[in-house]
Amino acid sequence: MQQPSPHIWNKHVETMDRASLEALQLERLQETVRRVYQNVPVYRERMQAAGVEPGDIRSLKDLRLLPFTQKTDLRDNYPYGLFAAPQEDIVRVHASSGTTGKPIVAGYTQHDLQVWAEVVARCLGCAHVHKNDTVQVSYGYGLFTGGLGLHGGAERIGAKVVPTSAGNTKRQLMLMQDLGTTAIACTPSYALLMGETMRDTGMDLSKLKLRTGMFGAEPWTEGMRDQIQNLLHITALDIYGLTETMGPGVAMECMEGRYGLHIWEDHFIPEILDPATGEPLPDGEMGELCITTITKEGMPTIRYRTHDLTCIIPEPCPCGRTHRRIRRLHGRTDDMLIIRGVNVFPSQVEASIVGIDGIAPRYLLVVDRVNNLDVLEVQVELAPELLADEVRKIEDLSRRVQRSIEQVLGLSVKLRLMEPGSIERSEGKSKHVVDKRKLYD
Amino acid sequence: MFIKQISVFIENRHGRLEEFTTLLGENGIDLIALSIADTTNFGILRAIVADNEKALRLVRDHGYTANLTEVLAVAVPDSPGGLAGVLTMLRDGSISIEYLYSFVRRVGKDAIIIFRVDQPEKAAALLQEKGVRLLSQEEIV
Repeated sequence: MQQPSPHIWNKHVETMDRASLEALQLERLQETVRRVYQNVPVYRERMQAAGVEPGDIRSLKDLRLLPFTQKTDLRDNYPYGLFAAPQEDIVRVHASSGTTGKPIVAGYTQHDLQVWAEVVARCLGCAHVHKNDTVQVSYGYGLFTGGLGLHGGAERIGAKVVPTSAGNTKRQLMLMQDLGTTAIACTPSYALLMGETMRDTGMDLSKLKLRTGMFGAEPWTEGMRDQIQNLLHITALDIYGLTETMGPGVAMECMEGRYGLHIWEDHFIPEILDPATGEPLPDGEMGELCITTITKEGMPTIRYRTHDLTCIIPEPCPCGRTHRRIRRLHGRTDDMLIIRGVNVFPSQVEASIVGIDGIAPRYLLVVDRVNNLDVLEVQVELAPELLADEVRKIEDLSRRVQRSIEQVLGLSVKLRLMEPGSIERSEGKSKHVVDKRKLYD
Repeated sequence: MFIKQISVFIENRHGRLEEFTTLLGENGIDLIALSIADTTNFGILRAIVADNEKALRLVRDHGYTANLTEVLAVAVPDSPGGLAGVLTMLRDGSISIEYLYSFVRRVGKDAIIIFRVDQPEKAAALLQEKGVRLLSQEEIV
């Protein structure tokens, strides 16, 4: 048997034999289920309705007795309804897009932040990033989990962290060169933008020490990986996570395998479901990823439906880690879009435009990638009755609609008013999205 | 005193104006006056036609956003300074013009200018008081 990779952060856990790992999972699952049953009325009521008690979870297979959790549950119980820890123990909140006007909120205890830093530290190990590295975090800092999530992990391993956040590309590149950044974390589209800016400004790549990049928060293809690697002369690796289960760091590709992302099974139990029936599928079959958090205190999520399509790769990885891998994301089972790293649901747009005089609640989102920057155009139909025939007033209306959408999405959009009936419908159901980007292989 | 104008929102895309005018033509609607205000994304077409109600029904049935707007049809001397004279009166009356456009036809020696103003009643009274002729719907179609 090959020696495990020397880059592994937590050799004890990451290379734990499957039987011990599964025993640990069961113990933690039972504890989590007991805790949500006691502390979260929504979970208790659901379990009672399904006729399940915490004591019924005797093996990992019993996980499937538990009801699913959906994003709508987070919305319906906004903001704190699914928190399982006392409010005084919550030390941080993050937020992500909901499906309507309100975001969804996640709460973290001190212990949750430690676990988060631990799993991100493992991800950095996957990318061969160590304490001697300089890690530039070019994910946005704030309610979005990207920036602070990577930051915590990079500090944990003792690397030098450069918290540039996203944006101001030329300054990012200047700092990257001057500070000797060796590893970068951001969205893959932002990495491409940086690479192209370097090329276009004639930056001398030999002056950079950049070696590796961890890219996530949006889907990307092998083609994009090649482009990023060629432009930046680095190894580009995929990192996965979502606010509902923690943030980035739930799973990560390793340098040795570069195929599939190790999901940290001592903290998250993955299941792959048939998206239509919700029935678990065997390893290797493509379906919807469903995640149960088994160590989270602030906001545990039981059988959370991610709507991300992937499959489990059960074969051992050359790196020696025993945690199974999920394949690079294959698509979505719902209509969620990820635009510049921000999750966008068409229903959010709908919620933000209903009730505005002069327009009909018919809309189409057209997403494109122009010079590696996602551009969202929202087309909105006018009501048959023209409110005013002065250009100025119609432009005012257009701006009002635009602001209303931007406030809900937290993303700048281009608004286009359309004639009634011009947005295509099929079988009575409006089509809401045209995505011209190529995001999945 | 006022005449009715039909205002239509037109998407800024190839052939759309042609489709619109063809629709009117095929339904025997005569365009008496026409103006288009355009922006990068859309245009507002304003037209005076013989049968406003019919035209409005027709265009809405064909999926256009449209309405009828009341405007003033002002007879302006067709000589240098003719329009300026009328504009001076409106300025002195603190009336703002939203838009105006000129008519294809003439009535006698006068040119006809269509005005949309912020205070239509006041503008009409003021112009008539100053001896400026306002044309009725019947006179212009």
